[in-house]
Amino acid sequence: MALLQISEPGQSPAPHQQRRAVGIDLGTTNSLVATVRSGVPTILPDAQGRALLPSIVRYLPGGGVEVGYAAQAHQSADSKNTIVSVKRFMGRGRKDVPYIENMPYDFVDAPGMLQIDTVAGVKSPVEVSAEILKVLRERAELSLAGDLDGAVITVPAYFDDAQRQATKDAATLAGLNVLRLLNEPTAAAIAYGLENASEGIYAVFDLGGGTFDISILKLSRGVFEVLSTNGNAALGGDDFDQRLVCWALETANLPPLEPRDMRMLHVKAREAKEALTAHGEAPFTARLSSGEFVDLTINTEAFCSITQHLVQKTLGPTRKALRDAGLEVEDVKGVVMVGGATRMPHIQRAVSEFFRRDPLNNLDPDKVVALGAAMQADVLAGNQPTGGDWLLLDVIPLSLGIETMGGLVERIIPRNSTIPTARAQEFTTYKDGQTAMSIHAVQGERELVSDCRSLARFELRGIPPMVAGAARILVSFQVDADGLLSVTAKEKSTGVEASIAVKPSYGLTDSDIERMLRDSFEHARGDMQARALNESRVDGERLVDAVQSALAADSALLSAEERSAIEQHLATLRTALSGTDHRAIKQASEALNRATDEFAARRMDANVRRALTGRSIEKLEI
Amino acid sequence: MAEARDGSLQPMRRDHFEIFGLEPAFRLETERLERAYREIQASIHPDRFAHAADADRRASMQWTARVNEAYRTLKSPVQRGKYLLELHGVDVAFETNTAMPADFLQRQLELREVLEEAQGKRDAAALSRLRAELREEERALEAALADALDAKRDYGLAAGLVRKLMFLERVDAEIDEAFETMDE
Repeated sequence: MALLQISEPGQSPAPHQQRRAVGIDLGTTNSLVATVRSGVPTILPDAQGRALLPSIVRYLPGGGVEVGYAAQAHQSADSKNTIVSVKRFMGRGRKDVPYIENMPYDFVDAPGMLQIDTVAGVKSPVEVSAEILKVLRERAELSLAGDLDGAVITVPAYFDDAQRQATKDAATLAGLNVLRLLNEPTAAAIAYGLENASEGIYAVFDLGGGTFDISILKLSRGVFEVLSTNGNAALGGDDFDQRLVCWALETANLPPLEPRDMRMLHVKAREAKEALTAHGEAPFTARLSSGEFVDLTINTEAFCSITQHLVQKTLGPTRKALRDAGLEVEDVKGVVMVGGATRMPHIQRAVSEFFRRDPLNNLDPDKVVALGAAMQADVLAGNQPTGGDWLLLDVIPLSLGIETMGGLVERIIPRNSTIPTARAQEFTTYKDGQTAMSIHAVQGERELVSDCRSLARFELRGIPPMVAGAARILVSFQVDADGLLSVTAKEKSTGVEASIAVKPSYGLTDSDIERMLRDSFEHARGDMQARALNESRVDGERLVDAVQSALAADSALLSAEERSAIEQHLATLRTALSGTDHRAIKQASEALNRATDEFAARRMDANVRRALTGRSIEKLEI
Repeated sequence: MAEARDGSLQPMRRDHFEIFGLEPAFRLETERLERAYREIQASIHPDRFAHAADADRRASMQWTARVNEAYRTLKSPVQRGKYLLELHGVDVAFETNTAMPADFLQRQLELREVLEEAQGKRDAAALSRLRAELREEERALEAALADALDAKRDYGLAAGLVRKLMFLERVDAEIDEAFETMDE
């Protein structure tokens, strides 16, 4: 057998190849894509040089789709088929969306998440969001001249599990490899903190088109540690527009209007709001479909008074976040403003009064999230040989628990726990001879299940009949680095087990997504086979490299038999890689992954020890 | 390298203190704990393994979750005390055995009266004062707990002190709730 060539640990054998990785800010109003070029995070504009993509999708008869400015142009004329602010519907049912009665869409109430009936058929918010992401993916692929290796997608920090899962599904549906879901304020903190080499406690105040987040972070020697986060996943610039529309309806004494007129008034309201940022008053004029002309003027004072309660709504969560972090206003060294809605002067004023300091506005509030996401994507894709000089420690925004007798919530993972996290708790049976147990995972801060968000239900069956209280059911919650939950339940005496990756039920199963993805690629490229082979080869080769350098660095952690078992699997994968059967490559890769599980665990443990001592494992006393 | 493969390397068999290279004691240098935590995170966090093989990503997630849980426990004085007692085989039995000294219970009633009054009057300043008082009582109990655990090694006494601290923690949570009702 030929001698294997082994490179130094930490150095890849092939010349270092940059992977194409992007950060995507999937916003309520606008979306952006950014990448890191020669070490500098950069927004990727469209062919006309525009950075922002309006998050608007229009469905056409016959299956065509328009996204962005093209869709925006028709939002009033074809309001029924032109979906704006779809982010507000992600992971949400009809009853969860405020002002839904004023919206021009034909909603279909599906279990878990609402859907919208358009001229091109019934669409889930996941599919609508995927259309926006597809346009950004294509923009990036054109700009970077090749397929993307991966993307970091940002989500509001206060998004719950259902909203996060929906976002991840949308990205998968758009053909993106999701490297990570990243919280928007955390992304902003990276961009701000790295640019300014900040140290100390910072608050990120992020008021977007439809969501509000406040995060408190400790920045110290390259570690971005989120101490607490709070917010309101249904509060944003849209609500200020809504107030202006109501004001216009009242002031002009208008009767109830058609959906298209309502949509147009929203557009006018946004224009007036933006004008008020720089001027003392702004015109609010519109010609309704009835021919009637609305001619109003609004001044700053009136605007402030009709929206003051919305500004106030940001302060409660801000106080909560500070309390959860165990800090006072004086401890905060700077407040970074993020999101277009923070341009409003009365928001700026409220924040500076609350924190008793001027907020930091030196980064473009529309772009900072995408730029931070691009920086994180660059690290996660492995483009920085040392893994980057900084580290993010983020938290889960809302507590996770399960339903117990009487509809009460037993909290298992408290809010603001650092992720990834895993916790287990024991439960028992309620009745004699009970052989099944229903596990209901919920998210929220309230004591009653009915006041929390239901995430998933599943059953553990096959519990041996015992007297009430004798069975020992261990329920384990695991939250990954994306903030996504999976739950396992196990009866301890028999080992009977049941588990579920928590998925919102909105009518799209994994296999649905896979099918839709396959269809879209078949139409777009017509060569699914080649793509699958290419993907499995890239993954397989990467795995061979990874295992080889692991063996080179840490083979001392293996016995001779263990090592030869791994090498056999390695050889099988190499053989498969020289062929053209993507299934064989996939199978061999999976087998090698399984064969190295224990090795990986030992190496992780060795990493922990090295981190503490700075010495090599051989010298450690055990 | 036989020792590297023995059971002591298994994550679940090492206690929270060992993970961070600390002596199992109530008194600990917070800075040293924080530094060890950050150094470990920097080498095992899932962000370091996002492009690695599946086995590495799984191991990274499990280990990071384990280290996060250990850090969370040691950071909090109450949790640390409770955990140390568990290591010494003392079942604190918080849920069932809550017979507390009469003067302590009397003080609890007083604290709750002040809390309810402040909440009724929506008096944030009074709540803040109450919290400051509570902090002081907590500090005193923590000092006594350090003495009971690290010097006297009187675990029965320590269990009583941990229980008292848990009572105060509950009042603390109620102060938070009172603040929250005021925010609304």
